[in-house]
Amino acid sequence: MQHSIPIYIAVMSVVTLSVKILPLTLIRKPINNRFIRSFLYYVPYVTLAVMTFPAIVQATDAPVAGAVALVVGIVAAWNGASLFQVAAACCALVFVLELILV
Amino acid sequence: MTDQTDTAPGYDRGKVIREGIRDGIPIGLGYFVVAFSLGIAAKIAGLTPLEGFIASLLNNASAGEYAAFTLMAANASYVEMAIVTLITNARYLLMSTALSQRFSPKTGTLHRVLVGFDVTDELFGIAIARPGMVDPFYSYGAFIPALAGWSTGTALGIVMGNVLPGRAVSALSVALFGMFLAIIIPPARENRVVLGCVIVSFAASLLFSVVPLFASWSAGTRTIILTVVISSVAALLFPVSDDKLEQ
Repeated sequence: MQHSIPIYIAVMSVVTLSVKILPLTLIRKPINNRFIRSFLYYVPYVTLAVMTFPAIVQATDAPVAGAVALVVGIVAAWNGASLFQVAAACCALVFVLELILV
Repeated sequence: MTDQTDTAPGYDRGKVIREGIRDGIPIGLGYFVVAFSLGIAAKIAGLTPLEGFIASLLNNASAGEYAAFTLMAANASYVEMAIVTLITNARYLLMSTALSQRFSPKTGTLHRVLVGFDVTDELFGIAIARPGMVDPFYSYGAFIPALAGWSTGTALGIVMGNVLPGRAVSALSVALFGMFLAIIIPPARENRVVLGCVIVSFAASLLFSVVPLFASWSAGTRTIILTVVISSVAALLFPVSDDKLEQ
């Protein structure tokens, strides 16, 4: 069956806003369960890492350009570049490399 | 800690809102560029510019929206959409929980709902970077450029994505991944366990994308399973001390 985009948007919005709003509104005490606290601490890094690689290599026309962008992005972020600088550096690099490669 | 309420002597609400707008402008500019590449993913999923604008206004969440648009393109079920959105945005549970500890008990439910509406990595970061209790009006100021950049960027990406030359689209498609790297790499530098999680996640994700049994699963399913397994193992082997969670 073909799904409806407005319903997709409604589903994702309800989930996202619940995740963002409910803890702030309902939790007035600290969470004491150490496993849950630790699990929630690691989740963002694992999710984003899983989504980044190998997808970044598959996103570009030339896989080599995506691979170089990954390495340069890691080096730039490691050395304290801002979110905007890292994203811009990755884009610029892929653009220049693909002028040569593609 | 000082209790910042609008009844405190010398409190200037307009000044606090202007400080929020000032700090939100560079965030909004960065969001605009990244949202533009998100719009390209939204276009592939078949969203109109208005649908993209609304989706981004209600879900200021790069990874969550990217995953959601990928699922739409794959005609996934609504249940899968809900689970993947929950998993990719699970970190906001932690941030929203952390914010709850930094609110004055006097702060009403409406302010909590409104501040929660636009919890993002960056807006959470600048809100808790200020000393004392979180001031909702500072956050409201920062939300203005952030939401404007994010929503219009997504809509423009949908409009312009197919008039741009192919190599420009290819280059912009890595902006989101660059943003993800900017979020995960600095903590990985500070914390060896986080660094280990990132390396294991990269390796496992690569493995799951090439081994035929796992590669036949959808990208969303692979993300859910890898996230739950790797984060659980890390939490069991390396439980985090309380002072680290306060940061």
